[in-house]
Amino acid sequence: MATDHSAHIQDGHSAAPSWSGGSEPFKASYGKLMMWYFLLSDAFTFSAFLVAYGTLRFSVPTWPVPDFVFSTLPGGIHHKPLIFVTIMTFVLIVSSVTMVRAVQEGHRENKKGIVFWMLMTVLGGLAFLGCQAWEWTTLIKGEHMSITRNPFGTHTENGVYLEGDGHDIKEGDSFQAGQSYLIHFHDGHYQPLKYKTENGDIKEQQMGPKAFGALFFFITGFHGFHVLSGVVFLLIIMLNVASGLYVKRRNGYEMVEKIGLYWHFVDLVWVFVFLVFYLL
Amino acid sequence: MGHLSYEEGKKVVFKGLILLGIVTLIEVFIALLGKGYIIEGFHLPVWLMYLSMIGLSLYKAYFIVYEFMHMRYEVPGLVKSVLLPTLLLVWMIIAFFSEGNTWRNWRSKINDRPIAAFSTPQDRTSHHNGEDHSDGHKSMPAVIDSVAPQDTATSHQAADTSHSEPKGELHH
Repeated sequence: MATDHSAHIQDGHSAAPSWSGGSEPFKASYGKLMMWYFLLSDAFTFSAFLVAYGTLRFSVPTWPVPDFVFSTLPGGIHHKPLIFVTIMTFVLIVSSVTMVRAVQEGHRENKKGIVFWMLMTVLGGLAFLGCQAWEWTTLIKGEHMSITRNPFGTHTENGVYLEGDGHDIKEGDSFQAGQSYLIHFHDGHYQPLKYKTENGDIKEQQMGPKAFGALFFFITGFHGFHVLSGVVFLLIIMLNVASGLYVKRRNGYEMVEKIGLYWHFVDLVWVFVFLVFYLL
Repeated sequence: MGHLSYEEGKKVVFKGLILLGIVTLIEVFIALLGKGYIIEGFHLPVWLMYLSMIGLSLYKAYFIVYEFMHMRYEVPGLVKSVLLPTLLLVWMIIAFFSEGNTWRNWRSKINDRPIAAFSTPQDRTSHHNGEDHSDGHKSMPAVIDSVAPQDTATSHQAADTSHSEPKGELHH
């Protein structure tokens, strides 16, 4: 994110020929152009992750139903599908909006305004990270999902439970194919329940596809890491703005614009993580 | 940069907040309605649900890139050099998803295959009884070479890794 090209920005259409580095391609500064290409490459990384998710999901007969897996809220509230992630999405959208405001204040060289709106953006980022930390804690500590273990399974046939788990399932409850379940973990191991299928076979709940846990933690973790590094860079640039470092560059606080591009990209990625993991 | 005045810019921000918020709410509503959470017993066709959610997400992505990231005000060359490469993903998605589908078909064939086919030629016609058969595979390769059809060696391995979790691992 070097920005020492401010001098060139002022006289971008100098006499030097393009291929000698005399003028800027695409009327964009070096830093902004490279930020765009970095984001493009990052988009491919995330796409590869999400396509891998889709491929593995296609490759097995059943997959945990997201609105069953992600249905808890802080305060011990259960069975409220998708509410918490919707809140997380709003937090990220709002922080994206405050970032746009910071860039706008930058264009009119209003130092106080930039610092204020960047601070709001940082708070939004931290709030999002806090939500994610809670979500991960619930999955790891409460439901005992890990990158190698996935207790969220899905029934492939209709049947009746022969025992209860002391949580939601009682003996004699019936279920249908396509319904998801959570195998609870206590006394040091998972406790799959026995059930009777329509054909009269006695079977036991099976663990869900392993890849689900690994994909979830790696993809949301990679995104969360982007948010975290975004927060760190926002803080650094905010301090630089406050200290007046960018004033003498006189390029409309381009540094703020560049970190803004990155921050919107993080929001953009979340649009697709949200779609693939929670909605589909 | 923006070719908008400061006041116009502020309006776009407000519009963006409302728009992204509402589109997200519509998406969640479609997901919950489609899966039968809102009206008891009512489901949307899966293709309709998925298509509308993907379309709305793409619209959100368009809005973020064009308005918030100011792609609208960049020169056409920059826009093309950033956006056109993402079209490669279309092929990536088609190729990998059809690959995933093929893996699933292989796995279903493996699960239907009489397991005794791997032990002795005489047993090949008998049906396996649905018991856990995660062990007993280890000594197979020699038998497969001599008896089993050519394709089993590879597809058999595919099936072996597909077993979600061997039962033995549940009670450690």
